Amino acid sequence: MSNKVVHARLRALLGTSGVERDPAGLPRAIPESADALALVCRLAHEEGWKIRIEGQGTWLAGDAPVDLAVSTRALDQVVSVSPADLVATVQAGTPLENLRRRLADDGMWLALDPPGRPERSIGSIAATGTAGPLRHGFGPVRDHLLGCTIATGDGRLVKAGGRVVKNVAGYDLTKLQVGGFGGFGIIAELHLRLRAMPRADVTLLARASRDTLTSTARDLMGAQVVPVALELLSPALAAESEWVLAARFVGTGAAVQGDVRRLGSIGDLAWQPLPAERTASFWSVVARGILGGPITLRLGVLGNGVDDTIDLLAHDLDEGLVSAGAGSGMIRWTGDAPIERLRALRRVAASREIPMTLERAPWPVRLALGHFGAYREGVGQIVGRLRDSFDPGQCLRVALEGATGE
Amino acid sequence: MTPSLVAALERIVGPRWVRHRRAELKTYTMDGLPTRESYPGLVVMPGNAEEVREILRLLHLVDVPFVARGAGTGLSGGAVADPEAVLIALTRMNRILRIDPVLRRAVLQPGVVNARLSEAVEPLGLHYVPDPSSQAACTVGGNVAENAGGPHCLKYGVTTNHIVQLEVVLADASVVRLGSPQGDPWGPDLVGLFVGSEGMFGIVTEITVRLEPIPPSVRTMLADFATVRGASEAVSGIIAAGIVPAALEMMDRACVAAVEASIYAAGYPTDAAAVLLVELDGQSDAVEGEAATVESILRGAGAREVRSASSPADRARLWQGRKKAFGAMGRIAPDLAVQDAVVPRSALPDIMDRIEEIRARHRLSISNVFHAGDGNLHPNISFDRRDPDLTHRVHLACREIMAACVAAGGSITGEHGVGSDKIDYMPWIFDAETLGAMRAVRCAFDPAERANPGKVVPLHACREWRAARGAR
Repeated sequence: MSNKVVHARLRALLGTSGVERDPAGLPRAIPESADALALVCRLAHEEGWKIRIEGQGTWLAGDAPVDLAVSTRALDQVVSVSPADLVATVQAGTPLENLRRRLADDGMWLALDPPGRPERSIGSIAATGTAGPLRHGFGPVRDHLLGCTIATGDGRLVKAGGRVVKNVAGYDLTKLQVGGFGGFGIIAELHLRLRAMPRADVTLLARASRDTLTSTARDLMGAQVVPVALELLSPALAAESEWVLAARFVGTGAAVQGDVRRLGSIGDLAWQPLPAERTASFWSVVARGILGGPITLRLGVLGNGVDDTIDLLAHDLDEGLVSAGAGSGMIRWTGDAPIERLRALRRVAASREIPMTLERAPWPVRLALGHFGAYREGVGQIVGRLRDSFDPGQCLRVALEGATGE
Repeated sequence: MTPSLVAALERIVGPRWVRHRRAELKTYTMDGLPTRESYPGLVVMPGNAEEVREILRLLHLVDVPFVARGAGTGLSGGAVADPEAVLIALTRMNRILRIDPVLRRAVLQPGVVNARLSEAVEPLGLHYVPDPSSQAACTVGGNVAENAGGPHCLKYGVTTNHIVQLEVVLADASVVRLGSPQGDPWGPDLVGLFVGSEGMFGIVTEITVRLEPIPPSVRTMLADFATVRGASEAVSGIIAAGIVPAALEMMDRACVAAVEASIYAAGYPTDAAAVLLVELDGQSDAVEGEAATVESILRGAGAREVRSASSPADRARLWQGRKKAFGAMGRIAPDLAVQDAVVPRSALPDIMDRIEEIRARHRLSISNVFHAGDGNLHPNISFDRRDPDLTHRVHLACREIMAACVAAGGSITGEHGVGSDKIDYMPWIFDAETLGAMRAVRCAFDPAERANPGKVVPLHACREWRAARGAR
């Protein structure tokens, strides 16, 4: 379909302000409501157009060949915040930083520190399931989502979950959207679980060889010293000459002081507390550092496999930008590598029962490898049916499986 | 059920493990919900995953629906089968297959009893967190089906937060492995989708759970209040202070009275309008600091007395009334309708007033015991189902309580599931598109809809978008 025709049809649907052209001349729809988003999907479905989804343009496939792009950037409203219930409803295009500021005014906090820039859209964090170091203390992205509204590929609005913190009514459709990379619909709105802003927030750093740091991390876990983040950072990511282990404690002042004391009593690492005014910028620099290469992937590793898996990454790819949850076992790597190497790495990881998820990459890499690659036996059929039901016309251009069977 | 099907099932599991005479089936006509009763076509009890697979292969061949069942303690009628369906009881599959204390994982069969798992790992300093009130009887497989909760889920999450990997036999007898040992999804989060699917996606034959270390220090506090509103304000105050207790439970006057009149009497003050149990855990210095803050919040909100215990024996005494509340209520009348609903925490005081108004109007006996920290209510109605008028009033009251919770922005179930009990309420909180999407998700796992048919999703309320699309 020609860009001109698509552009004209979108303008008729959304008005002049609801559509623009991206730098390559591709029509870009900018719906301002969930209903308008669903309408765009319905039009695309009826016309057989392919769609790509864009938040701020960093994590989802901004270079996928399609008939139109759909940006969530005008869906940027914090719809409601309830301090008494610690629940917020936000539109998917809301930049994380905007939400963070808004919540801080009311003494609340969303315990997510995803990789990337602070202005990342909440929708992209959910769609890619990219949790950061706080995953250790507060769980993966899905634990922060109580529900969401999505537009399906054929323009239905599905409202999954709810606004209460405990809910087992019906199947948990929200789980499918978190980390679904938009393959099961476009997230329009989210209900988020919040926390009270911690009274104390302390980060300490230790520098040593990687072996020493991982072994201390294991000892800390054994001794029930439980930081909310216990992240191992490669020298390049930490901009240091050695590997760094960062421990972050939040909570009441007394609890954090106790934890810091215990931290120092285990192993013989020299822990250096970060000055309070530098804490936020330290974690923000680490998060941004993950964008230091075109490809980011994550591996879910059990605690004792962190060292081996980083060795594997260093051997098969490089040791460049690595951030690893020493407790949670989530390893994130950023860099550049040929498709064949990545495919081989995924094969080795699978043989160790480690799933490797491609979080961001240029479109040809996504297309070749898929975010998930080959599924285990029987799973592909289920996923195929799920995609059919949420996007029967295959309008959503998302490469979950990869082009070849691996 | 045809004699040839009975014979074929007997060849798979042995004659001993197939029950088809009416008297034998009586035990399986109900689960924990007293208002739904139905005889299954027959009951088959597989002893291992291969037998489950063989059974499902056979049922697929003859196109017969089935219902999986654990200990039958569910409270939504989800484990009850129609005469056309085969009930597959999984209680024989009760082995813990592996425990890894270092990596804090256990692999088990679905029939393992919840409390037995925690007992088995306790010597290793570990426990399995979700602790539904029925934990002494209910199975982990049933917990997975219902996404069960429990008092300690406020801080540590419900079942879905503790399951990392599942082996599932689908209705067509194919076997799939979902999730990964670490817990990151292998592809889309199908474990997250499966947990809480109420037996409608397939039968779980192997479960890998996350184990947590037993906290080094635990402090239990019991406070009594002259008003429910005061107790509710204390709950909000504790959460707003950034403290997440391991448990935060409330009991109302009727519940306390039932407990204190029973053999489970725990010394709760019977003149209190509400009793609040707060449990803090973690490192001892943190627990002590938080306990001081919590006590001042409790007193500030009007607590008349605050009792506090740290030793296991003293803590058990404070907990006893709460743990045995359902048993105590069971003494009051032959039947107990255990309800389950959720409201935003801030709506607690108003909803309690509303429940009291409904109770008085229908002339019922309702006691409330609930997970106050997450707004999960359990209004429990004592009745005798042999009295049709009373039973009708119970039904009306349940409906009105649900409607009030939904109107307050809540949900129709927080941990018991929809089953058949709440299927009529589903359209109150989900529109036709969403119910249609749920049905489609179920069909992705079970296209023929033979697994636990007729539960959770009211088919008449779904928008059949395939048809709708064709007409558009």
